[in-house]
Amino acid sequence: MVYDILKENDLCDYYELEQSPGINLNNRDFADRFSYLDNAEIQEKLLDFTDGRMSRVRLFLPAIHCSSCIWLLENLYKLKDGIRQSRVNFSKKQVLIEFLNESISLREVVETLASLGYEPHISLEENDQKKKPSPNRTLFLKIGVAAFCFGNIMLLSFPEYFGFDGGWDDEYRRFFSWLNVFLSLPIVFYCSTDYFLSAYKGIKHRYINIDVPIAIGIVTLFVRSLVEVVFDFGPGYFDSLGGLLFFLLTGKWFQAKSYESLSFDRDYKSYFPLAIHRKEEGEMKPVPVANLQIGDEIMVRNQEIIPADSILVSGEANIDYSFVTGEAVPVLKKAGDKIYAGGRQVGPSIDLIVKKKVSQSYLTQLWNQDGGKVATEQDQHSMINQISKYFTILVLAISAIAAAYWAWEDSSRVLNAFTAVLIVACPCALTLATPFTLSAVLGVFGKHHFYLKNTAGVELMAGISQLIFDKTGTITYAGKGKISFEGAPLNPAEKLWVNAIVKNSTHPLSRKVADYLETDVKLPLLAQFEEVPGKGLIAQVEGREIRMGSAALVSAENAGSRGVQFSSVHLSIDGFYRGCFVIQNQYRDGLKSLINRLKSTFKLALVSGDNNAEAQNLQAYFPENTPLVFNQNPDKKRTYVMLRQEEGEKVAMLGDGLNDAVALQAADFGIAVTDDISAFTPACDAILDSSQLHRLDEFFAFSQTARKIIISAFAISFCYNIVGISFAVSGLLTPVIAAILMPLSSISVVAFATLSVKVLAWRKGF
Amino acid sequence: MSVIFILISISILVAIIFLAAFFWSVKSGQYEDTVSPGVRILFEERKSEEKQPASQAEEQDTDQTKN
Repeated sequence: MVYDILKENDLCDYYELEQSPGINLNNRDFADRFSYLDNAEIQEKLLDFTDGRMSRVRLFLPAIHCSSCIWLLENLYKLKDGIRQSRVNFSKKQVLIEFLNESISLREVVETLASLGYEPHISLEENDQKKKPSPNRTLFLKIGVAAFCFGNIMLLSFPEYFGFDGGWDDEYRRFFSWLNVFLSLPIVFYCSTDYFLSAYKGIKHRYINIDVPIAIGIVTLFVRSLVEVVFDFGPGYFDSLGGLLFFLLTGKWFQAKSYESLSFDRDYKSYFPLAIHRKEEGEMKPVPVANLQIGDEIMVRNQEIIPADSILVSGEANIDYSFVTGEAVPVLKKAGDKIYAGGRQVGPSIDLIVKKKVSQSYLTQLWNQDGGKVATEQDQHSMINQISKYFTILVLAISAIAAAYWAWEDSSRVLNAFTAVLIVACPCALTLATPFTLSAVLGVFGKHHFYLKNTAGVELMAGISQLIFDKTGTITYAGKGKISFEGAPLNPAEKLWVNAIVKNSTHPLSRKVADYLETDVKLPLLAQFEEVPGKGLIAQVEGREIRMGSAALVSAENAGSRGVQFSSVHLSIDGFYRGCFVIQNQYRDGLKSLINRLKSTFKLALVSGDNNAEAQNLQAYFPENTPLVFNQNPDKKRTYVMLRQEEGEKVAMLGDGLNDAVALQAADFGIAVTDDISAFTPACDAILDSSQLHRLDEFFAFSQTARKIIISAFAISFCYNIVGISFAVSGLLTPVIAAILMPLSSISVVAFATLSVKVLAWRKGF
Repeated sequence: MSVIFILISISILVAIIFLAAFFWSVKSGQYEDTVSPGVRILFEERKSEEKQPASQAEEQDTDQTKN
């Protein structure tokens, strides 16, 4: 096994080793793509550290995927002078590079990576995040301390457990007890702080979360044990206290499980360029986008995104708004037109004058309208916090009744019984049930390429009542479309001419036609070629004038109503109308059966940014009365989601692009569908690999199963509580029984939760 | 019997040393990435193989000179 891996690695290494000298690091031309990295201000923000001579930068490389990537990236110093050291963090897909400023610049480092196929994704927003150490660190420390104290207290309590009453020297007993007191101090004052804080916050907001009974339990355990030791009544329950915190924190660790290399919190800023060329004293210089002022003249090159609402100065622009609206076809803009931020220029560079600051642009404002879901709100809806209120009241009531009973019967045991109930009812097993079940479910989903942002997502999924789909890219194949030619079939010569023309254009529709016509024969040369932005192509081939594109360019009368419903490319040869290429969306495999299975459980709806050309086709997929809404911009999509929510539905939204981002956020559960999970997805609660879309119903069904498992686990832990409380009310809860009951209940609940998820996942075919 | 006091003190002291080591390891970021160190160690081993005068290692050396 190990040999296999080694061998595989070796082979990979050889391959890379052969290949890397072959890549001439300078021959790939990035032109000015990374020129903004020469800007001092941007450098300062990106670099982790610099002393003018040596710099350190942390870059996110989404392409990292295997062990030879690590090998190659860590051997960068051999490939490029000036790179001192590089260190890969595989789980975060980051590389930390140290380089010497005099021999290599940041731009060259990035270009080197890009030429090797590891183009870094650079965004200031995420750069701030990745520098912070993961929040897990404190949790790890707390678990470590809890384990240390718990273990030692257990050892020191052993003589008590075995009841060495006779030969057990009083002197030692006192010594051991006091050691336990000291060992419990870090547990109470360091490990438990989160629970105290959370309980305090909960009470301040007038609601009882699960941390309230936990905090009560911790305080009672500590105070009662301390009293017992100080007044020499007994050994106290320090072992239970240690175990409690150790198990609770482990549960927290499981709950915090997530996918580090995936980002669920991207907003529009991650999509925007870092810098843009601005005219300064007649020269174009890259400046950070945030520094743009109203009135600045900027240049946007082919495939660049317009960072701020601006006005086109001269010429014509061809803006692809697919990012914002989902419309696939670029829009033609003329000098003086307003261009909104988020559009991508297709074609030659354009000059713009900034009209609004980046932070006040339309897209930015749209985003900021919605502050995003508040974490505490999600918290309150989780099952555990819903029952915690009743649980806490019940426990307090039982302890009060027990106290009242003993006050009447035998007043010396009042405090004993009262505190014993609070101790034994401390909901350790109860709190463990949820995180362990959910993290197991998360693992099962992850194995099938459905990645949840956090464990709370599973509970959210279980409550969903309506599904809203986006069309383009979500339920259709992105970039793939069925093309057909309407009109008399083209003869081979005509096919060659058309193919020769479209090969010269980079317009997405041209590419599709080219793919459709794919021929191996040598293509004829074009005598003349003109691309009319936003309209189409005019060319001379073998003495014929061929026009392709919009109906207006070709000849409107003859085009008639053909193909109006779809994205279409009209074609005329020597002024005669030949017909048109119709591009239809191709729906993902298994969509129909998926919808059939979903419709019994969920209300369905479709909102699309596209026109209603596909309405008829879609009706065949969706049940009859499904609302299909078209021409929805991002804001309208969000409003649609919110309206459904006002009707009392719990909405899950499936979308793929930035145009769905606000709706994904507004929805109770936003799922981003993507063809490549390491690619960039909008902020969401879950990322679904598009190849697994047909299993969506199974994922939802399994979240229901998870809910049932949690409820069963709750039932088990309640049973333990009842046993424990019956000991406690009768005043018989000895430290030994507490010390056995607590870990026993916790471990059995955890085992039950994880095993049943595994077994049920296997039975359901996951 | 007072030896127990000493022994227990020593045992707790040793445990505290390990706890401190754990603190250091967390603080130095060893738990940040649990995948690449495991892979890295394999590369390290392979480098030392290169120095061995095996036929395979020679092949690699020629590759190295190309670099």
